[in-house]
Amino acid sequence: MPKSPVLSAVRLLLVFGLVFPVYWTIASSFAPETTLFEVPPIVPTQFTLDHYRALFDQRQFWLPMRNSLVVASATTVLAIVVATLAAYALTRLQFRGRTFLLAVVLAVSMLPQVSLVPPLYLGLRAAHLLDTYAGLVLPYLSFALPLSIWLLVGYFRQLPSEIEDAALIDGASRMQALRHVVLPLAWPGIATAAILTFLYCWNEFIFALSFTLGPERQTAPVAIALFRGRYQVPWGEILAAAVVTTLPVVAVVVAFQRRIVEGLTAGAMKG
Amino acid sequence: MPIALDLVSKVFPNGRVAVSNLSLEILDGELLVLVGPSGCGKSTVLRLIAGLETPTSGRILIDRRDMTDVPPNERDLAMVFQSYALYPHKTVAENLAFGLRMRGADRASIDARVRAVADTLQIEPLLALKPAQLSGGQRQRVAVGRAIVREPRAFLLDEPLSNLDPQLRTETRAELGQLHRRLRATMIYVTHDQEEAMTLGDRIAVMREGMAEQIAPPLEVYERPANTFVATFVGSPKMNLLAVTTRVVNAYLMLEGPGFSIEAPPLVPAPGLNVQLGVRPRDAAIVAPEHCDFPARVVLTEVLGHEAIAHVVLDDGRTRMTVVTSADRPPRPSDIVHVRLRRERLHLFAADTGRRLQM
Repeated sequence: MPKSPVLSAVRLLLVFGLVFPVYWTIASSFAPETTLFEVPPIVPTQFTLDHYRALFDQRQFWLPMRNSLVVASATTVLAIVVATLAAYALTRLQFRGRTFLLAVVLAVSMLPQVSLVPPLYLGLRAAHLLDTYAGLVLPYLSFALPLSIWLLVGYFRQLPSEIEDAALIDGASRMQALRHVVLPLAWPGIATAAILTFLYCWNEFIFALSFTLGPERQTAPVAIALFRGRYQVPWGEILAAAVVTTLPVVAVVVAFQRRIVEGLTAGAMKG
Repeated sequence: MPIALDLVSKVFPNGRVAVSNLSLEILDGELLVLVGPSGCGKSTVLRLIAGLETPTSGRILIDRRDMTDVPPNERDLAMVFQSYALYPHKTVAENLAFGLRMRGADRASIDARVRAVADTLQIEPLLALKPAQLSGGQRQRVAVGRAIVREPRAFLLDEPLSNLDPQLRTETRAELGQLHRRLRATMIYVTHDQEEAMTLGDRIAVMREGMAEQIAPPLEVYERPANTFVATFVGSPKMNLLAVTTRVVNAYLMLEGPGFSIEAPPLVPAPGLNVQLGVRPRDAAIVAPEHCDFPARVVLTEVLGHEAIAHVVLDDGRTRMTVVTSADRPPRPSDIVHVRLRRERLHLFAADTGRRLQM
């Protein structure tokens, strides 16, 4: 690429646009309440941990963090296990109504989330699952499964099926072929699906707000939203909460990204 | 171990008929080559035998047992794929060992077998490498090794040489032939290369559009092709087909073509027939004018080194044929040459059906 000064400037601007809000959030979360609205906020003049202290001491923010972690992890694990098996069957096994089933899976995820709230609420209430972890994980699966099934179907499709054929002829059963050959090759796809599912669950708001009744089961996004008092918005604590909520996501992405290695199937086929 | 296909058909869900009412019998220890142009259904036949596809109708017998609905992992066959289909995340040693592991062999015997096969195929130095680190020829060897390490009941080979460069292909072809003789195993070998078919097969089955046009030993297919499709598919350069009519002249049955009239081979049915005269380019020669059957004009000469192929146009200005000639003094374009056909090597086919007319 030629080093044109215009391009460099554009690039710099883009990076700035992406990084600056993050920086602003982090910097502000350590700034005293009184200096939050001073312009420019770029260089922090005073440093304080007040917001974080308030967050964990008064607001007991570890509680929604725990809830979010439990719900998002449980949903991700369940969704990935089920979606992997489903996607494998949908791509490789010959059975009637395969395309139809795939279309249904997609159709389910097309329903606007809000429209699902009333029926799900009634259903969860009848099952006595309101304000429980299961009462969040099950609804979350309604969007997590279609998402991960579609991602994984796409991934399985581009794995050369001859490698599995070879495994079958080598004496492996379908499940053994899946375990010894398909899964090791599908890790990048599975990792991607897991990251996206986790992120989606982590940020989910409407279900979490609707199906929980109090702080005991509220997730982080709901808790943050409820920080607003009648007379004031505690910006410092909200920003501190935003920083704290981002950390597990970064951790998950970093952990799984190691799995996303390009060219894992290189060498299986001809040169 | 004998393998038989009994009136097997395969129609894919999209309506494409890949195999239609095919019956085949592969004898114990035989190497049968399925040869044909791409899309003729030969690979599907192999996948049907392997159990990777289920036939729409018909039965597949392996060792005289009906295996039509038995899954591939219980058929105890081995297959070498055109793409090799090695397990990319496993080392060469693990690739070789996988089939034995799946069949529950103990570690010591797995190790011994892998070593032995690696030794035979001279891939011992590669055992710790991953497929991505191997050259094409090495991958091909590993794929063959993975097939033979299990000592299966039969081998299925799907164009195993087509991804090798020409020189390596000839070498490996000879090795595969030796391997077959040494193992005395039943092998079914799919290729689109008629030369591979001729050199390797105990018998070859020439396929077109899901059907076998001829199943016979290579030499018979070459010398007595069953129809014009087989005749033009097998042999290189490919056989010339000239439109001729039979006519009685002075009590002799003659074949009359554009600009020539020659005596018909024995046992040709009747005069007044339109037939196709098949002449392999090597069975025509450029001779002195007094010995010739007809003159022709050269349009193109391809010199191959040890011989030359002359493309000529016959008297009618339309009919083209090729003649293999010596490369010493090859004719040049627009030369007039004199062609003679070797009488005992002529083939006659019905003009309408393409079927062979002589017995």
